[in-house]
Amino acid sequence: MVTRALDAPPPSRGRQRARPGGAGASIGLGIAVAYLSLIVLIPLAALAWSAIGGGWSAFWTAVSSPEAVAALRLTFEVSAAAVAINAVMGTVVAWVLVRDSFRGRWAVDVLLDLPFALPTIVAGLTLLSLYGVDGPFGVNIAYTRIGIVMALIFVTLPFSVRAVQPVLAALDRDMEDAAATLGAGPFTVFRKVILPNLVPAVLSGIGLSFSRAIGEFGAVVLIAGNLPFKTETASVYIFGQIENDNSAAAAAASLVLLLASLVLLVVFGLIESRVTRHAR
Amino acid sequence: MRAKYLLRGLAGVYLAIVLVAPLVFVFWSAFRHGLGPFWSAISTPEAVAALKLTLITALVAVPANTIFGILAALALTRRTFRGRRVFGALIDLPLALSPVVVGLALLLVWGEAGWFGPWMIHHGMPVVFSTPGIILATIVVSLPFVTRELVPVLNELGVEQQEAAATLGASPLHIVWRITLPAIRYGLVYGIVLTTARVVGEFGAVAVVSGNIAGQSQTMTLFVENRFQAFDLVGAYSASVVLALISVVTVAAMRMLNRRGIR
Repeated sequence: MVTRALDAPPPSRGRQRARPGGAGASIGLGIAVAYLSLIVLIPLAALAWSAIGGGWSAFWTAVSSPEAVAALRLTFEVSAAAVAINAVMGTVVAWVLVRDSFRGRWAVDVLLDLPFALPTIVAGLTLLSLYGVDGPFGVNIAYTRIGIVMALIFVTLPFSVRAVQPVLAALDRDMEDAAATLGAGPFTVFRKVILPNLVPAVLSGIGLSFSRAIGEFGAVVLIAGNLPFKTETASVYIFGQIENDNSAAAAAASLVLLLASLVLLVVFGLIESRVTRHAR
Repeated sequence: MRAKYLLRGLAGVYLAIVLVAPLVFVFWSAFRHGLGPFWSAISTPEAVAALKLTLITALVAVPANTIFGILAALALTRRTFRGRRVFGALIDLPLALSPVVVGLALLLVWGEAGWFGPWMIHHGMPVVFSTPGIILATIVVSLPFVTRELVPVLNELGVEQQEAAATLGASPLHIVWRITLPAIRYGLVYGIVLTTARVVGEFGAVAVVSGNIAGQSQTMTLFVENRFQAFDLVGAYSASVVLALISVVTVAAMRMLNRRGIR
């Protein structure tokens, strides 16, 4: 989704020449480029400058401080855990939504859109109050890594489900019938016929979720508290450094986070396209 | 057969724990002492000021990103120009950024020690720790949505109708107004709905640039956090319910547009 949607093929030259309204469209493009520069490009340049403008050694000192390393490491660990759980459970949910039929299925489908629309701070607050110290279930996830994983599961669940759901719906069931006719049991059919077709979609869901999870702040901040070395994720660490007026350290960690996010999107995009090509 | 019920149960339990229980719990917590405490919690001057600031932010950020989204989508689908791929990638970039990183980047440009900040402050137009900074931060995080919805729709649409209109002597503005916009309207509205949801719900980027002063530079999401930190749980849940209701309306709008067959 993220990597492909804007990657449409450019219009062909012939069409281009016949296209009406050259001057007006150029003004539109100019406005869009200026807006994008002001909104995205200049702030990112300032961020990069703040991170590496003081030289590589300053950058390295900032990102290799024990607190920064601990925060970045924790971020990747909890994100990986949340994404792995959702890769399995999101596929189960997608399966039930596509292949099962029961009353109220549409309601479950609608429900899955909510984490997209619900403010992250509200998500964090509700998880904390339900599964926190004074919650009705007597469990306590406040200031624990399990709590952070739970918050990340909440915000990335739609990515996992929605990546798999359409692919599963479009799957040709004749193949499964054929395999079953040839004597394959349900588990073999799933492993040999269905799963290989789902892998690219699952991977794409993993890439999107991972990229989202490592940057998450609102859902995590209340649950994580602010315990350096224990439950401080990278985004919480960056926020703390900003509040302490240490913007160079914040910028250095930000740059690492940004690059990691981009690498994840590109890598999972590449794996996905490679797997897709092999499958066909 | 058994596997079917097993999977159904598994999915049900998972969704109940992760999604349903927390959502039910916010509403229950906000209303458990009746409508009175809920109402008084969201009608305090701070709460009203926060809601107002969120609305003002949405009223600027959503139209700005809608106009940009249309222009950018038209440029991406109807033109070839150098750096087109970079242009598209930059629009997508805010999706890969942590909101806190967005806030920091804006601080480094518009803050007291930033690139343009001192000049703006000197001329009496401070950006950071005031409304313009909040609006700017929400604009950045909600930038990609309209473009991302419109690009596939415009690609599908093609250029034949526009060319026909141009042949018949319609001006470019006339073509956009009479041909392009009506054809992409559902995709456009869908993009606007997503943008609005993100603008209203943004927390991290706004938390960095706002200064978080109650009654002055506090949006609804900051207000929720502030009430929680002040141990005013009824206030926090009540404001959360207002935000949750906005997201329910958003999801309903998305569903209705889906049924019109735009995706």
